[in-house]
Amino acid sequence: MAVPQTRPPGTDVPEPVLRIRDLWIRFRTPGRRTTAVSGIDLEVGRGEILGVVGETGCGKTVTGLSVLGLLPETAEVTAAELNLLGRDLRALSDDDWRRLRGTDVAMVFQNPSGSFNPVFTIGAQMRDVLRQHERVKGAAADARIREVLTACAMPDPDRVMRSYPHQLSGGMLQRAMLGLALLCRPRLLIADEPTTALDVTIAAQILELILRLQREMGFSVLFITHDLGVVRRVCGRVAVLYAGRVVETAPTRELFRAPQHPYTRGLIAAVPRTQRVAGALATIPGSVPPDPGAVEGCAFRDRCELAIERCARERPELRLLGSGWVACHVAGEQAAGQTDGDGQADGQGQADGDGRT
Amino acid sequence: MAASFNQLPANVSERPGFVLRAGRAMRRDVLALFGLLIIVLVLLLAVFGPWLAPEPGTGAGVVDVSARMQPPSAAHPFGTDWLGRDVFSRVILGARIAIQVSFVVVGLAILVGVPLGAIAGYRRGRIDGLIMRITDLFLAFPPLLLAMAIVAALGPGLQNATLALVISWWPWYTRIARGLAVSLREWPFVDAARAMGIRESTIIFRHIVPNSVGPIVVQATIDIGTVILAAGGLAFIGLGARPPAPDWGLMVAEGRQYILDQWWLSTFPGLAIFFTVLAFNLVGDLLLRLLDPRQED
Repeated sequence: MAVPQTRPPGTDVPEPVLRIRDLWIRFRTPGRRTTAVSGIDLEVGRGEILGVVGETGCGKTVTGLSVLGLLPETAEVTAAELNLLGRDLRALSDDDWRRLRGTDVAMVFQNPSGSFNPVFTIGAQMRDVLRQHERVKGAAADARIREVLTACAMPDPDRVMRSYPHQLSGGMLQRAMLGLALLCRPRLLIADEPTTALDVTIAAQILELILRLQREMGFSVLFITHDLGVVRRVCGRVAVLYAGRVVETAPTRELFRAPQHPYTRGLIAAVPRTQRVAGALATIPGSVPPDPGAVEGCAFRDRCELAIERCARERPELRLLGSGWVACHVAGEQAAGQTDGDGQADGQGQADGDGRT
Repeated sequence: MAASFNQLPANVSERPGFVLRAGRAMRRDVLALFGLLIIVLVLLLAVFGPWLAPEPGTGAGVVDVSARMQPPSAAHPFGTDWLGRDVFSRVILGARIAIQVSFVVVGLAILVGVPLGAIAGYRRGRIDGLIMRITDLFLAFPPLLLAMAIVAALGPGLQNATLALVISWWPWYTRIARGLAVSLREWPFVDAARAMGIRESTIIFRHIVPNSVGPIVVQATIDIGTVILAAGGLAFIGLGARPPAPDWGLMVAEGRQYILDQWWLSTFPGLAIFFTVLAFNLVGDLLLRLLDPRQED
C-alpha cells in the first residue's frame, strides 16, 4: 500500500482554525447503528472559506454540527483530533460547549424564517446573546447590535431590531441571522446551506455579504452546500464528501479545472448548463449505499465506471495528486484523453458561472 | 439588485390581528359573544360585588329572620333563604369566591405544571421519565375524586379545597406543556438558539414556554369553568367553602332540603354556576378556533 504518499490533507493550511482528523459519527437507534461520517479529515485555515460539498445524507451537516457539539444524544462522535482554535473539542463539558457556541464558532442555518423565535423581536433575541456571552446590556448592547446589522447591509437597523420575524422577508432574516451569528465576533462561521431557501437574486446578495464580511472581519468559514455554483463563487478550497468520507479536496479553481475523483467529475458534469440544449441531463447512475460506513473498500465503487478489483477490497486513503488530495485508487492513473474531455466540459461550466455573476 | 438590496420590504399584508379576528368571529358566533358578556359580568361582580349587592352583609353572617323564605319579589328578586338572607345578594357575592378559587387553582396549576412539562419535553431522557411518571401517578385518579381525597385528609374548607384542586389539576398542564415542548424543540429557532450558545434555562423559558402560550390559554379558559364546577361540587358535599360563605356550590347544597317548596334557594346559585361554566367553555372554544388556523374559514 502506498502509505508514504498519503499525508493528512491540508497540512499546507497555515494556522488552522479548525482541524478535524479521522472523525467518525455514528447514530444509535434501537437495534441499529448507522454510520453518518466515517473518517473525515478537514482543516479550515485562518481567513479561509472552505466549501464542503456533497449530496443529501453525505454527512456535511452532521460534520458541521459536531464542531458545535450540537448532535443529538444518539450520536457517537469519535475523532483522532477535533480541534478548534487550539482547543480540544473532545474534552469539553456541556458548559464549555455552550460558552464556545456563538463566541468562537457560530452557525447560520438553511431556513432563515424559522431561525428566529416568532414571539420576540429580532433585537430582543440579539440582546439575549450579548447578555449571555458578554454581559453587555442596555444601550451598549443596542449599539453593538446596530453596528453588526449595519455591517450586514441593513439600511434601517433600528427598525429591524423592533421587528418580529414575520415582519421581515427571507433575505432580511438571513442577513439578521448572519448578524446574530457574527454578534460576538466568532473566529469560525459554519454556514449550512445559507442560501438554499432563498431565491437566486437574494441568495447572490447573501453570498456577496458573506464574502464581504469575511474580508472585513477575517473569520473563517466552513461553507456547507450542495450547490457547486455557490462553491465556485465563494470558496477558496473545496472538500467533496461522499457517503461520509472526503473523496477529494483541492483549491476551488483546481477542482473545477481538473477534478480527479470520479465522483467529483460526475458532480461537475451533472450541473445543468444552458449551452447544452439537447439531450438528457447528466446524472450519476445508482445511489448511495444504505449504510456506507459499513462498506469495505470504496463506497463509490458500485457507481463508478472506473472501479477496479482493488476498490472492493481496500478503502482508498487521501493522497496528494496535483494540487489537491484525492481518495481514489484509480485517479491520476488513467488515460489522459478522459481528463481532456472533462476539462472541456468544465470550460463550458466556467462560462456559465461567469454569465451568472 | 443594489436597489432591492437596500430596500426594506413593505409590510406584507399579514392576516388580521388577533383582536380584529376575534371581533369578526364573535359577530359570526353569537354564542361566543354571549359567553364573553357573561364572563365580563361575572368578573365585574367578582370585583365590585360588595358594592353592587343590595345586602352585602348577607355574605358575612348578617341575618334577618323576620324575612325568611320569601319567594322572589321586587325587593328580593331571587327570594330569601331560611335565615332571611337575600339570595340575589349572595349570588352576586358568590362570584368573587368562584372567580378567586378558579383563577387561583388554574394559575397555580399552570405555574407548577407548565415549567415541569416544558423541562420534561425539552430535556427528554431521564428527567422526562421522572416528571411524567409523577404526573401519571396523579392522573391515575379522576381529578374530582383525588381532590375529595385530599380535602378529606386535610380537612374541609375553601383553602384546602383550593389546594386540593391545584394538586389534581397541575398534571394536565404538565402534559400539555410537555407535548408542546417536544414539538417545539425540533423547531429551527431552538436549534439556532442552541447554536448561539443560549443557556438551556433561557431556551426553555424564553423560547419554549412563550410559544406554548396559545394552547395553554385555551385550556386554562375551559378549565376555569371546570374548576368552578369542581369547587362547587366540593362545596356541595361539604368539603369546600364553609357556611356562611356565599359560595354557589354551598348554597345549592344548603337549599337542597327545601327544593320542593323553596325552589329559589338552590336554583339561582345553580344557574349562576351553569352560566359561568358555559360562558368559559364557549369562549374557550372560540379561542381554540382562533388559535388553530386550520379551523379558520
